[in-house]
Amino acid sequence: MTKIWVYADLSAGVLSPAALELLTLARSVGDEVEAVALGPGASGTAAALGEYGATTVYASDDALFADTLGEPAAHVLTDLIVEHDPQVILFSTSYDARDVAGHLQAKLGVTLMANASGFAGEDQASADIQGGQKIAHVQLDGESPRLVLVRPKSVVAEPNGGDAAAVEAIAVDVPDELKKVKIVERHEEAASGPRLEQAKVVVAGGRGLKESSNFALLDALAAAIGDTAVGASRAAVDSGWVPYSYQIGQTGKTVAPEVYIAVGISGAIQHLVGMKPAKRVVAINKDADAPIFQFADLGVVGDLFQIVPALTEEVAKRKG
Amino acid sequence: MNVVVLVKYVPNPNGVQELGPDHLVIRSGVEGALDPGDEFGLEAALQLTEAQGGEVTVLSMGPQEAIAAVQRGLAMGAQKGVLITDDALRGADTLVTARVLAAAIKRGEFDLVIAGVESTDGYTGTLPMTVAEFLGVPSVTFARKLDVQGQTVRIERQTETGHDVVEASLPALVTLTAGATEPRYPNLKGIMQAKSKPQEILSAADLGLSGDALAATQSVTAIESAPAKAAGEVFEAGDDAPARIADFLAEAKVI
Repeated sequence: MTKIWVYADLSAGVLSPAALELLTLARSVGDEVEAVALGPGASGTAAALGEYGATTVYASDDALFADTLGEPAAHVLTDLIVEHDPQVILFSTSYDARDVAGHLQAKLGVTLMANASGFAGEDQASADIQGGQKIAHVQLDGESPRLVLVRPKSVVAEPNGGDAAAVEAIAVDVPDELKKVKIVERHEEAASGPRLEQAKVVVAGGRGLKESSNFALLDALAAAIGDTAVGASRAAVDSGWVPYSYQIGQTGKTVAPEVYIAVGISGAIQHLVGMKPAKRVVAINKDADAPIFQFADLGVVGDLFQIVPALTEEVAKRKG
Repeated sequence: MNVVVLVKYVPNPNGVQELGPDHLVIRSGVEGALDPGDEFGLEAALQLTEAQGGEVTVLSMGPQEAIAAVQRGLAMGAQKGVLITDDALRGADTLVTARVLAAAIKRGEFDLVIAGVESTDGYTGTLPMTVAEFLGVPSVTFARKLDVQGQTVRIERQTETGHDVVEASLPALVTLTAGATEPRYPNLKGIMQAKSKPQEILSAADLGLSGDALAATQSVTAIESAPAKAAGEVFEAGDDAPARIADFLAEAKVI
């Protein structure tokens, strides 16, 4: 009997879609799948979690979990794990989940694997490496539970039609010294278009854009196409041209649009992983040897400063 | 204020890390450098101590070559460097690495530990929090801006839809995202001065660690090639390039 837990992220009281992917993956490994949800809205996730295979959700609606970072959650999980003994706990790669998993690893002295994309058994996970060109199979040893962070979009979330998960309310008894970190302000930044993870098309810029203001070219193209988000490679983010929230890649977001348009991006390994789930890839780059062309369905060797504005005009014309 | 900056020496940080027959990244005898993701934290530490006084210690664990990453930190302006290097640590996982780094940090007085959000070669993204837990200090993570006033550390934490302002009291550990600061280049004077700065090289035994405390809890058993993708169409841009791209977008039904 293999018991797998899914740590289900909540953000502003809403269940993260990644939790449903994790449950789908968990069902392929474990006989018994349960979830843990912490923070306002937690007990309200029972129906959704159940539909994707969780039989039980250990839940607390306590605002403490939303008002601080991962330490209280790691503390509560430690007690729950001792009581229920899961063999594996799956986490998303969200910042909040990474905080919880990182602290939890030290508390329990157990193994932790990140960037997993699949399982061949409760102690055998795999990960895409070298930009997705190779797959590493990893044996997980030591005490249970194994903590595994799963790359977003590694599996497609599929419901199994289960009933709502039974809600087991958790007693929250967190020592004051673990409440020292406080979120004191929250700022929403107005996004001009859809979110990167949800857009139908992603236009991403890299070092080839040369400076921050040239991202306006991508904004214009995105506006012309519609339902399109603008992203960036790490090189563009490291240069300070756009904020970290734009970053697509191993360090950053993973996107799965219908079409991914890479503009002035060479195609470093670390970037390729983040765009791997894209259905189709268009690359525009002046360097014919850029690795990105090996991953493009349509590759255009040329000057982005001419091609992108002309493409924007062409798309606008066709859409009338 | 005493700041410890965690840094990693990464083989070929802008390319592919080659794997040895044991499936581990080849870290010895290959060209490497300070992980570019660590420079933002180094810069933040230098700015803090320049404004408020105190010392910056650069701490790394890695093969002997990793001293180059420590020296780069010293050349940028850090006061002290420490490298933990030991054959027993080859293939160390995040649990062992966090245990070793925490043990090394605990040897001295510290107010703040700074790390990048994840390494360029391993990209696990949880190690700093594990170190914080071993140290018994809070972690405030994914900062795009860092400020310390008195005993309070205040960060802007990147979120999906904006940012949160998060506070904690010192001592604490902070992770910084890329672009959080503008890292300086070491100048000639810095490089010359680095040579005479204290550089300590320690083994696991020097930290009182041995046996099970150094045993990795995971191992790579096999590497296989991922299924190759069919080659696409690549062409030199002419006047028809915009129309051809638009045709492609229309075929994909996105316009």
